[in-house]
Amino acid sequence: METNSPEAFNMNPKKFLLWLFVVTIIMFFASLTSAYLVRSSDGDWLHFDLPSMFWISSGVIILSSLTMQLAYNAAAKNEFEKIKIYTIATLLLGIIFLYLQVKGWGQLYANKIYLGGKYSNPAGSFVYVLSLMHGFHLITGIIYLIIILLSAFKQSIHSGRILQIELCTTYWHFLDLLWIYLFVFLQLNN
Amino acid sequence: MASVDTLHVGSVSHGHDHDHDHDHDDLPWIRKYVFSEDHKYIAKQYLISGILWAVLGGLFSLIFRLQLGFPNADLTWLKPILGEWIQNGKLDPEFYLAMVTMHGTIMVFFVLTAGLSGTFSNFLIPLQIGARDMASGFLNMLSYWFFFASSVVMLISVFLKTGPASGGWVIYPPLSALPQAVTGSGMGMTLWLGAMALFIVSTLLGGLNYVTTVINLRTKGMTFSRLPLTIWAFFITAIIGLLSFPVLFAAALLLIFDRSLGTSFFLSEIYIGGEALHHEGGSPILFQHLFWFLGHPEVYIVLLPALGITSEIVATNSRKPIFGYKAMVFSIVAIAFLSFIVWAHHMFVTGMNPFLGTIFMVLTLIIAVPSAVKAFNYIATIWRGNIVFTPAMLFSIGLVSFFISGGLTGIVLGNAATDIQLHDTYFVVAHFHIVMGSASFFGMLAGVYHWFPKMFGRMLDDRLGYIHFWLTFIGVYLVFFPMHYMGIAGFPRRYYSWTGFDAFSYTGETNELGEAIIKFADMNQLITIAAIITFVAQFLFIFNFFYSMYRGRVASANPWKSNTLEWTTPVNPGHGNWPGEIPQVYRWPYDYSKPGAKDDFIPQTVPFSETPESNLPNEVDE
Repeated sequence: METNSPEAFNMNPKKFLLWLFVVTIIMFFASLTSAYLVRSSDGDWLHFDLPSMFWISSGVIILSSLTMQLAYNAAAKNEFEKIKIYTIATLLLGIIFLYLQVKGWGQLYANKIYLGGKYSNPAGSFVYVLSLMHGFHLITGIIYLIIILLSAFKQSIHSGRILQIELCTTYWHFLDLLWIYLFVFLQLNN
Repeated sequence: MASVDTLHVGSVSHGHDHDHDHDHDDLPWIRKYVFSEDHKYIAKQYLISGILWAVLGGLFSLIFRLQLGFPNADLTWLKPILGEWIQNGKLDPEFYLAMVTMHGTIMVFFVLTAGLSGTFSNFLIPLQIGARDMASGFLNMLSYWFFFASSVVMLISVFLKTGPASGGWVIYPPLSALPQAVTGSGMGMTLWLGAMALFIVSTLLGGLNYVTTVINLRTKGMTFSRLPLTIWAFFITAIIGLLSFPVLFAAALLLIFDRSLGTSFFLSEIYIGGEALHHEGGSPILFQHLFWFLGHPEVYIVLLPALGITSEIVATNSRKPIFGYKAMVFSIVAIAFLSFIVWAHHMFVTGMNPFLGTIFMVLTLIIAVPSAVKAFNYIATIWRGNIVFTPAMLFSIGLVSFFISGGLTGIVLGNAATDIQLHDTYFVVAHFHIVMGSASFFGMLAGVYHWFPKMFGRMLDDRLGYIHFWLTFIGVYLVFFPMHYMGIAGFPRRYYSWTGFDAFSYTGETNELGEAIIKFADMNQLITIAAIITFVAQFLFIFNFFYSMYRGRVASANPWKSNTLEWTTPVNPGHGNWPGEIPQVYRWPYDYSKPGAKDDFIPQTVPFSETPESNLPNEVDE
């Protein structure tokens, strides 16, 4: 913008907006996980193993971060075909991740760990809520990926117009890290 | 490197912000008058929505004040409006609780958060930092319309047969989680949570924009040390909002799960109506922790913008530089920081470890330090100034008065030992209504009186403004001051029928007619009458506001002889604010009555090279 001056902070406003948005998401999950800690220290806490699917889904989401980064690198080098291939790969891995999360809930349910109702315990409910909330955020990431993909097919992502995919890459990496944080947190505190 | 970045930024922005390139007049009317992306228009939308909500919130308080002031009165005359909520001439007790809840929710969130921050952050940030608009006009527009949607949902809840939410604005579970406990916890509470979820989205979108705009879009020369204190206040307020509202969202989310999906985050073993519920192991205290982690910063989200507005108005109308600019900035930052680590002072009676309580108590009392610095600086700014008593100035001085008298009782309540005695009494009601409610409300009114000429190109009527000020100022003290005495005597909050309890109404004495003398009856009547008069006085302002919008005296470009950038725009600025180039800034905004200067004010756009007669030795243009 023309108002950008030497005094102003030299980061693109949209990039800065994204980082602020990430901060709000961090606060949201930080409060949920601290609620988890406070509640678990009160006792009457059910101890159980996390579903094995969560291990696989964690691997999938790490892989998707890798393909996302490759898509970004391709954009920086103007390799148009590769942008599309890696973006599609990321999109698919994202959807597989969500599918695996749902399977994970199925495993929990089969294991008699319920979200609510008479036989539920907050320990189990928290696992559902945390993974569900992460899933919702991942869906916003998937929507963003679809927008990227449409732009990629219009050839409008390249080294000269990299901001869009750069923001998406940042967001996707964040969602990846967020899940890893939640997963490690639940492993350590369950 | 820097120039490359600037170029890059420019090219990207042009791709997205169409309205900067096109003539504003080309837009279809719906994008001009409804879904506008002009920050000034959005600010007006927030302001008028805020006024409507304030009328409603005030009206709700009169309904429950009638019950408190005249518990034996026949209220059949209200039946045409309240319908089923009046039974046998009496206000329905659950509706009373609903009114208390809605009054709190509306005033705290819809009026003093959206109405205050939404109006003035939107209006002043781009104008005072020298930007054409917010970083993202689109997100800004979304922010207002999320607020609008939230308003609609909340308003619908008022008309439910089972009534709106009635568990208090703090919506503590289990009361708020169980429809069996109070009818308002049914659909009313569901809509409350839905409305608040939308509201949080709106606040976050607004906050993202405010912070980004202040950081990224300042004009040339506008360093952080030259920002008007209004902008500092809005900036820090937005940061507090970004950090605390997600936590309320988390609390509301877990509550929604408890209410609708049978989880037990906040619900432990409960018998209700002789029936045992399936919930076990939840912790209602956990909700309070999450709620107050937002709830306390929220107090400063409400208050800081008002304090920032006051700094600006007090300096301008005292014709003096603000006293202790840097101390003011540090105080705002210190208050914001402390606001995050004092939340448990709302929970001294939850049985927390006394050692923990002591830590929260000490941290709470430390807030008195930056607050006192601010109060001192306001007074020192006014001290021996050439004071111009505009209505805005009077309201600002009123704010300082409330900030001091309400702040002092904060020290009493911040002490765990005294708080345990005073908790949930009218002393608390008096405290926060003066220091947070009335002070912020006065800041908002001061802001409207001061920036009305910039908003609508016309002046508000001064005489009506003076009458409005004196009625409101005296009214506020008449309403809230007696509450201190009642609170110390043990009179509790939120009670519908206080006459039914010997502990705080029975005197054992009779008057000459043989009727029992009820404690607090006279004070409650006084408060109710004062509240009605104060409420009615606000219509002077509302009349003045809408009348002057069309018929007021036409404003000059800089009616208050102020230094800040917004007064360098045309009287009615278009979208983009400055028709030509954005002005450059050379000095801080408080060069009032500078020794040696020709005028008693030097706008920020005047370079030092043009004012050799008043420059200090270190003041040269870079």
